[in-house]
Amino acid sequence: MTGAQPAIRLTGLTKSFGSINAVDGVDLDIVEGEFFSMLGPSGSGKTTVLRLIAGFEQPTSGSIALRGQDVTDRAPFDRDVNTVFQDYALFPHMSVLDNVAYGLRVRGVAKRARHEQARAALDTVRLGGFADRKPSQLSGGQRQRVALARATVVQPKVLLLDEPLGALDLKLREQMQVELKELQRSLGITFIFVTHDQQEALTLSDRIAVFNEGRIEQLGTPAEIYERPASPFVAAFVGTSNIFDDNISQALLGRSGTNSVRPEKISIITENLPLVADRAATGVLAEVIYVGSSTQLIVDLDAGTRVVVLEQNDAHRVTTNGRGARVTVGWNDSDIVALTAPALTSRP
Amino acid sequence: MTVDASAPPTRRAVVPPQRGNIARRGSVFLSRHPRLRLSLLLSAPLFWLGLVYIAALAALLITALWTVDSFTGQISQTWTLDNIVAVLTGSLYQTVTLRTVGVALLVTIIDIVIALPIAFYMAKVASPRAQRILVIAILMPLWASYLVKAYAWRSVLSQGGIFEWLVSPFGGHSPGYGLPATIITLSYLWLPYVILPIYAGLERVPDSLLEASADLGGGTWSTLRLVVLPMIWPAIIAGSIFSFSLSLGDYITVNIVGGANQMLGNLVYTNVGAANNLPLAAAIAFIPILIIFAYLAAVRRTGALNNL
Repeated sequence: MTGAQPAIRLTGLTKSFGSINAVDGVDLDIVEGEFFSMLGPSGSGKTTVLRLIAGFEQPTSGSIALRGQDVTDRAPFDRDVNTVFQDYALFPHMSVLDNVAYGLRVRGVAKRARHEQARAALDTVRLGGFADRKPSQLSGGQRQRVALARATVVQPKVLLLDEPLGALDLKLREQMQVELKELQRSLGITFIFVTHDQQEALTLSDRIAVFNEGRIEQLGTPAEIYERPASPFVAAFVGTSNIFDDNISQALLGRSGTNSVRPEKISIITENLPLVADRAATGVLAEVIYVGSSTQLIVDLDAGTRVVVLEQNDAHRVTTNGRGARVTVGWNDSDIVALTAPALTSRP
Repeated sequence: MTVDASAPPTRRAVVPPQRGNIARRGSVFLSRHPRLRLSLLLSAPLFWLGLVYIAALAALLITALWTVDSFTGQISQTWTLDNIVAVLTGSLYQTVTLRTVGVALLVTIIDIVIALPIAFYMAKVASPRAQRILVIAILMPLWASYLVKAYAWRSVLSQGGIFEWLVSPFGGHSPGYGLPATIITLSYLWLPYVILPIYAGLERVPDSLLEASADLGGGTWSTLRLVVLPMIWPAIIAGSIFSFSLSLGDYITVNIVGGANQMLGNLVYTNVGAANNLPLAAAIAFIPILIIFAYLAAVRRTGALNNL
């Protein structure tokens, strides 16, 4: 992980569509061999950054370097990066084998050799028996794996993945997440993964950049992003957060500014289960939502705000009170995260 | 409109109850009898197809087997293969057939070569607004009469016409009236019919496929040859069927700009009119029909019709 040169270096990258800056001055180093995620809501600029790296779009200003080499003005076919498209973009008139062999074919690899390599690539994604099928005869998950094989068979330095799991159903998506992670480890190349699914980003990534309005709002490891969100936007977008404004913070937390506490860091304090908490507040239970492994409780605090509490339904947990009951909630000072006001956001 | 405030709100009453009137009972009856539904739907078009296409073709075939009494000029319904034999063996018919097929092929090739970049620009490069304008611009000539357009080309290609004025500074001169003029004019006339299917075919090629090809290292030429052309091949074939069959049957354009040249259509025309030999005309008319059948069969073998 400690290459002297970053796999990708973006410097002051800006892309405008008319008067709108889809990407607004992004500076970013992506380390060799890491699984890097770009996370953000739709329209946050993450996909545009990916398309700029791939070369499908030309930046308005700024530069892109691949292993120290400036590739800003190079055509997509002249860059050592490959893309897995959101819709897979498999060639419908070619067999699976020809699809995977396409990158080798346009590089002038002889038929036998390229078919051999393509078969090997199909084996790594466990689709060895599907070589002669047409893409239309495959399921979504299989097409996804063909797209992966096609993009990796040409041995790119960096693999770009544009919401590749977005079209799959939940079970398949979870399975593909594991496969992606394993593939990345076995290939040892840099993955840049675009997603709007925070769970996916947290699960897969070595590092995450959270995008908002064309800028990077926060850059860090999944734990940093989740445990120490730097802004109200990150706190709200990645997971659920109880965000307290200045007034409420002073009343409840005894500190100024905007602060947040994760739902699972707040506990319901009952007589049966007295917990040690630095701070406590009382309120009325407004809603109890059972979500399987846990229960989500919404409490209207007497201080005039509403908090979400997440209780694990583990062996020790007793059945919680019904709606309308008065409850006491508690949390520790160390779990309070101070959020920078958006206007004060300073980027490294 | 006044509303009685004391009346309770009765929202349900607003929807009228379903009445058992005749139309409704008819619908219920039809929904229970799918075969009747299908026959009602198809009877009119099938009748039309049977009468107009099949019957007319059959009449043509039968007429070709009759003969004309050279003295009275009446069609005599005696069965003979003379007309067919004359058409198959006569050197005039062979020459004209070859000429007609050659013209139709050249027109088709020229149209495809011109249509491909225009259609590509429309489908993949132009803004949605420019795209709409271009579609209208391509359809516009179809609103003008065929004759007007053919005569317009006659004037363009005439001695001292626009064509000559355009190319004379470069040492060129007008081809005059003849087969080249016929090919130019027919190419112009059928171009919209070739552009539109190719445009529609290109519209169905997702941009992401072009990006995927470039992403995998395919340059412009590779992308065109390996991705775009195979995918729009059925659309090209569809367009070529239009330009080829329309050229094959044309006789007006060649009359207007073709000089002394004749195509199959002219032979049919003269035999129906001046020569008053309808059976021979019918026999000649079979040549383009057979050629089109052969063309469709050849195209079908390439598999292009499966995706039309």
